[in-house]
Amino acid sequence: MRELVVVSGKGGTGKTSLTAAFSHLADNHIVCDADVDAADLHLLLAPDVKERHEFMGGGKAIVDPERCTRCGQCRELCRFDAIDDEFVVDAIACEGCGVCVDLCPVGAIDFPIQKCGEWFVSETRVGPMVHARLGIAEENSGKLVSCIRREASRLAEANGQELIITDGPPGIGCPVIAAIGGATALVLVVEPTVSGLHDMVRLTDLASHFRVPCLLCVNKFDLNPEMTGRLEDMARERKIAVVGRVPFDPLFTEAMIAGRTIVEYREDAPVAAAIRQIWQNIAGSPAMNSYGIRITS
Amino acid sequence: MIISVASGKGGTGKTTVATNLAVSFGSGCTLLDCDVEEPNAHLFLHPHIDRSETVTTFVPVVDESRCSACRKCADICRFCAITVIGEKVLVFPELCHSCGGCQVVCPENAISDGQRELGVIEWGMGTGVPVIQGRIRVGEAMSPPLIRKVRAAADTEDQIIIDAPPGTSCPVIAAMRGADFILMVTEPTPFGLHDLKLAVGAVQMLGIPCGLVINRADMGDDRVRGYALAERLPILLEIPFDRKIAEAYSCGRMIVEVMPEWKEKFRELLQQIKVEILASSWRRKER
Ligand code: SF4
Ligand code: SF4
Repeated sequence: MRELVVVSGKGGTGKTSLTAAFSHLADNHIVCDADVDAADLHLLLAPDVKERHEFMGGGKAIVDPERCTRCGQCRELCRFDAIDDEFVVDAIACEGCGVCVDLCPVGAIDFPIQKCGEWFVSETRVGPMVHARLGIAEENSGKLVSCIRREASRLAEANGQELIITDGPPGIGCPVIAAIGGATALVLVVEPTVSGLHDMVRLTDLASHFRVPCLLCVNKFDLNPEMTGRLEDMARERKIAVVGRVPFDPLFTEAMIAGRTIVEYREDAPVAAAIRQIWQNIAGSPAMNSYGIRITS
Repeated sequence: MIISVASGKGGTGKTTVATNLAVSFGSGCTLLDCDVEEPNAHLFLHPHIDRSETVTTFVPVVDESRCSACRKCADICRFCAITVIGEKVLVFPELCHSCGGCQVVCPENAISDGQRELGVIEWGMGTGVPVIQGRIRVGEAMSPPLIRKVRAAADTEDQIIIDAPPGTSCPVIAAMRGADFILMVTEPTPFGLHDLKLAVGAVQMLGIPCGLVINRADMGDDRVRGYALAERLPILLEIPFDRKIAEAYSCGRMIVEVMPEWKEKFRELLQQIKVEILASSWRRKER
């Protein structure tokens, strides 16, 4: 089985619109939305939820005022300044380390496990989809990403599907690290801007840290053809295959409002043709076809 | 006054708004780039970095000659960052949340202070505005501690504008907590609206007044405006899609550089924010 993860470094580069288009073009595959913090893929693929699961994270400390003797031990131990002088724990500041819970001399601190999100298995018009919603202001996004990737590969295995297409999170932190480890290849969707270039460098550094090959796709390339050239030069320097360029086109927004992927919305548009070609290039790329690089768990 | 410029969805123009607002403000204002995974404000403000500091966090270092393999450290660690296999303690520094629990419970005093690098904080004078930025080490997963350090590095006397990371989870919270106002940058598309709702949920949890900037205001539909009306979120500025702005952005130039008339609009935006902060403090008093 192979897994293609679409990432962008900087958000808002058209990553989700392209992931949706690719998943319309691919056969016999599963779609996975690993951008759990701000999941948008469902707005284009309209999943019909078949299974719904709770995602439990760590605990949060709660001091029971009845049992508390106000000895101050917990406040001294907490390295996150989460307990105020009235011995009330600030749930947002609490890291969930449980040190106060274990070391309270009278056992006055409870540590209820928090539900910090939900994940779903759904049917869509392009195939099965695994997706999730992280609770607002929650931690553990990396764990939720690992959880849905694991489910997606389990499901693909069970259904005999060959490919997982994953919409990755933005940035280079915890959720991205969880999303790219062990992937077959990454598609970097980058805009030709100074920020795009800057973020691409950091993202490819991260990818090489995890030894995952990258493919580059420049979106809205015509907004700055010179910068597009620089991105592609940088890609070649770093041995990243360039799979294509997508022009700037307001059709993307129109398709989004219609809740369709761009390749369905306007099949005959030049931008749709460009994306079909890019998909061919990705599917035929050496990175996606060299078996043996995937660490199977 | 601390204004945190955030956006649920990435790429809506958060950095554009934060940098243009900061330069329009004039002196006495510092920009903090708390989008430490992808700090981009420097690409527009071109600060000359004159000071830089590596930020580290505590991780345990075990002195094997003292360790009796009692497992107390492994038992208290909720993050599986320290385990005992046979007679040997293993530390996984990248999983450690620096709670210090293992050190407190160790009866042999075998655990001393080690460090894991989180990233760097850099100081420099940008185009008319001092900039403090955080930059996470590639491969480091935990950004909130670095974000908190960047915020602590600012002079509290100053007007502070924070460029926050995108999303709605812990890094954004670290960049919004304790701010006087959240300026939420969005775009009038289904993705923009969906992520805006999540981000506004987070702001409401923190109880901070909030207003919107709609970017590329003429590309999309009216649902963001409808939502703003229903939620009583003031729309403080609309920026139309303009190829000139997009092209300037792509080369690292600010709106106020290519269209100086926008400076006035950003100043007005700042005035409106001040009014909103006042109004919300009155509303709070009334309640
Ligand atoms: S669980 Fe940890 S972070 Fe939370 S209040 Fe207790 S000591 Fe502080
Ligand atoms: S400091 Fe806390 S998180 Fe780190 S190893 Fe020790 S107990 Fe675990």
